[in-house]
Amino acid sequence: MADTARTAEDGLAELLRDYRKIPGVADELLDGEGELRPVWTSFLTELAALSPEELALAQTRGSQYLHDAGVFFRHYGPDDSAEREWPLSHLPLLIDTREWQQIEAGLVERADLLERVMADFYGSGNLVTQGVVPPELLAGNPEWLRPMVGVRPRSGHFLHFLAFDIGRGPDNKWWVLCDRTQAPSGAGFALETRMATARSFAGIMSRSNVTRLARFFRQFRDALLDLRGKDGSRVSILTPGPLNDTYFEHAYIARYLGFLLVQGEDLVVHNGRLMVHTVGGPQPVSVLWRRLDSGWMDPLELEETSQIGTPGLLGALRAGTVDMVNAVGSGALEIRALMAFMPRIAEHLNGNPLSMPNIATWWCGGPAARDYVKANLDRMTVDQAMATGLPFEHGAKVVIGGKTADGADVNPAWIDQEAGTLAAQEIVSLSTAPALEDGRLVARPMSLRVFLARTPDGWQVMPGGFARIGNSDESADIAMQQGGAVSDVWVVSDKPPTAETLLKQQAPDQSRRQMVALPSRAADNLFWLGRYTERAEQKIRMLRGYHLRLAETGRADLPLSEYLAEYLDILGMDAAEPLPDAMLEDVRAAIRSAGRIRDRFSVDGWNALADLQRTMERMAPRLTAGDDAARAMSVYLRKISGFTGLVHENMYRFTGWRFLSLGRAMERAWATANFVTSFTAPDAPEGSYDLAIEAGDSIMTHRRRFVAATGRETVIDLLLLDGMNPRSVLYQLRAIHEHLDTVGPPEHGPRMTPILRHVLRLETDLATATAADFDHDAMIEIANRSAELSGLLAQSYLR
Amino acid sequence: MLYDVSLTITYEYDTAADAGRHVLRIVPADLPGEQRVIASSLSIKPEPTERITRRDFFDNACVEIAYDAPLTETEFRVTARVERFEPVPVFDVSPSLEGLYQELANLGAIDNTAPHHFRFSSERVGHHPEIVAWARETTAGARTAYAAAQAICDAVHRDLTFDPEATMVDTAVDEAWKLKRGVCQDFTHISIAALRGLGIPAGYVSGYLRTIPPEGEPKLEGADAMHAWVRAWCGSDMGWMEFDPTNAMPAGLDHIVVARGRDYFDLAPVKGAMRTAGSQKTKQAVDVEEVG
Repeated sequence: MADTARTAEDGLAELLRDYRKIPGVADELLDGEGELRPVWTSFLTELAALSPEELALAQTRGSQYLHDAGVFFRHYGPDDSAEREWPLSHLPLLIDTREWQQIEAGLVERADLLERVMADFYGSGNLVTQGVVPPELLAGNPEWLRPMVGVRPRSGHFLHFLAFDIGRGPDNKWWVLCDRTQAPSGAGFALETRMATARSFAGIMSRSNVTRLARFFRQFRDALLDLRGKDGSRVSILTPGPLNDTYFEHAYIARYLGFLLVQGEDLVVHNGRLMVHTVGGPQPVSVLWRRLDSGWMDPLELEETSQIGTPGLLGALRAGTVDMVNAVGSGALEIRALMAFMPRIAEHLNGNPLSMPNIATWWCGGPAARDYVKANLDRMTVDQAMATGLPFEHGAKVVIGGKTADGADVNPAWIDQEAGTLAAQEIVSLSTAPALEDGRLVARPMSLRVFLARTPDGWQVMPGGFARIGNSDESADIAMQQGGAVSDVWVVSDKPPTAETLLKQQAPDQSRRQMVALPSRAADNLFWLGRYTERAEQKIRMLRGYHLRLAETGRADLPLSEYLAEYLDILGMDAAEPLPDAMLEDVRAAIRSAGRIRDRFSVDGWNALADLQRTMERMAPRLTAGDDAARAMSVYLRKISGFTGLVHENMYRFTGWRFLSLGRAMERAWATANFVTSFTAPDAPEGSYDLAIEAGDSIMTHRRRFVAATGRETVIDLLLLDGMNPRSVLYQLRAIHEHLDTVGPPEHGPRMTPILRHVLRLETDLATATAADFDHDAMIEIANRSAELSGLLAQSYLR
Repeated sequence: MLYDVSLTITYEYDTAADAGRHVLRIVPADLPGEQRVIASSLSIKPEPTERITRRDFFDNACVEIAYDAPLTETEFRVTARVERFEPVPVFDVSPSLEGLYQELANLGAIDNTAPHHFRFSSERVGHHPEIVAWARETTAGARTAYAAAQAICDAVHRDLTFDPEATMVDTAVDEAWKLKRGVCQDFTHISIAALRGLGIPAGYVSGYLRTIPPEGEPKLEGADAMHAWVRAWCGSDMGWMEFDPTNAMPAGLDHIVVARGRDYFDLAPVKGAMRTAGSQKTKQAVDVEEVG
């Protein structure tokens, strides 16, 4: 017993051996006296008991989770943008629940204050006329949107979801570094960070009394559902689209909460009502959680060049038919200069000072502030007053401690010249927090992002959020360099938390109704995902047939090989290339389609597709014709079947799955009709019938059904007319028919849609025919009629 | 002075344009003490499916229309009889620029008439250092804000050439400044950039100009289409003064106001482009006839 205790103590000492508190800076691990804060004791003791291998494995598990879940954010570099994995700092940040309650109280007070400021800025303007806020802060504020002045939000509230960046100063107190009121991102990432950290330290976590996050999300989801009223309208999340840096999060949150993910082009305004285009016709949307900045929302009244907005949206807001989370124009509260006036505003509106102060800020529009800033330049960061960036993101013209970005001393006269365009902020040394480096703890500067959601019971604070951890110990200043990491935040209490997940609380009818509607754009992408994967599969089968014959005969100049090469050419593939780009392009197109609908798509399905692409791209340069290529094609076929299997085994039979299946069935009907036509043509060389059966993956069925060898009629019978063969055209038509019946006709349209009529006729013609009825011309006609399916479907559902 | 104003704007599309939504600001405004609209009508072809009349932030009347089906042609037609009152003779009681800054610093107002709205960058007029340097030179001797504003408008007229071929409706201020050419919109935007650069609040006025000049006077530039000019805030006592830099004259009896804002973005006669795959043709015909 005594031995174990000593070992644990030794391990803890070892873990902390290199941990150095920076003088004059607060630390999350060690208090002012250099003693371990009690909240860490049990966690670190358990951590110290892990062997180096166990610790490494724990970290790998967390990273692996993020990798498998496909958590990424888009990073915009100078020349390109690329997807980056979420930079996890594996060690969580622990905060005592009593301290957290103080943080909560301070932030709830601030959220209420911001709501009142927002109502004033877009209402009476009293803060300006009473001299609390200078008029320049609105008149020169690019996010103060004049078309929104005087528009009261339908729910009575402007702000519903907020984030704050906060940090601990040298005095051990928490400070607000910035307010995120526009469209705060990160809540989904916080959730994924929690999941990953739970993978790393599952056992320790379960013994650590960590407050759960699920309740926060459930409350906010219910609050949004409540905002709708009783008219059966929807809650939607508006995303700028897959190229946005946090698109993953938009898709993730939509999937997690069961809301519709839409883009501007999915929406339209009719007579003051916001509607979403769905495959069932336009449906009203009464709550929109926007994840794009206000300026892009409506090209008619705001940014004219916006391609991601909805013309007339502001009109719908004026008409009071939709609630916006948050109100359009709420970015006005994010400008740096406003921080300078928050203490006065609090005194004016609340009659009390802020209980959690914000970082000291001076707006250089007034002579007194300018003089103060000039006299104290060495401890200031001076940057654009009207910019809305994070405190540690600066423009090129930033002056820190009196020096420009290239290190030159700045002439204080510059402050007088630029005056109101500048705001100065005191340089605050933020606290350091522990990070794991080579198995030991090191102190790194950190700030915290905390999320608040409005519910009928008032503001709820997410018990956690995430911490940004700097990657160097050189400076604990607020100016954290890019490339930092993110860690989970554990709010730790003395008592075990009550278990709660999102799923348990979900009312069944609510979730169902929210999911039935499928935006036309999402349906279109699912449809094409189905088509492209099927198209790739068809091409792989054809190529395998070609290379198998090459391997058998060793010759490419035999009639059958030449005939097949010609057919490959029609499909856009050069038979001389073992892995033609046209095939790879189909897989890429499938991934692109899938990428646009990640909210409706399982992570496993995504990974299977990405794996196929990686395998192909890796093998492409060194594949040789014949046996090697034929084997490779078999590998691809297995992988692509893995993908379709996952999708069709696991995807719930919602409308989305129907469109995916429609794409697959239409592509297969069309491709099968085509190759059967070609391989049963009068000029088709010997061996073509066998090839057709092979391309149709029906060798076994053929053997079972027909004693005779392949002939023209057995091929046509099996691949065109056999309703029991999942590879036949008739089977596809019946499947299409069933999907269309389930989806139903679009609202306000005729029951008998052109696509349904076309399918019924073709289905009847095939069902009542025999193989002998099909000469070559009749085959061509069937192929042509199959080709029309896709266009007719689009006409009825996809626009 | 009594005028009959008529305007016809037509859009023709090669291929049908998508169902669209527009905001129109083309009807003369009723402005007590300045001009009176005796009668006016706005007819739109084809008939839109939605038509809403409202006022924007700066209190300009606008008409929002929407179509639910694609179009190959649209026509907007305005007819109005407008009485324009004789402007009050100008006495320059404006402060010096220093005095103007002091007045602004003491003016805690943000309602839609507050000059603060017109001091900073707006969508189409940003900060243009070259124009500001030129403006400082140009107004070196001006003792009052009004004198400075007048000097700017005269100098814009002097240094720029009216040339409808040189610029387009979306030409940027810097581009027009480099060319030293353009139409009333460019003249006005450059004047606004110069005035704001000097610290004088400045805005954009859109409207109409009489087509046939009074006897013995030259025809004014910009009368064949909708016109634009500039307004400058010359202190609380003098208020807003309007100048026509395209014609180097104060805006007065010959100018009929449609709307006032910060720049063209706030006041474009027809906002909300149709989305069309093919090309489009726009025609604008204006006639402003004196009737007494």
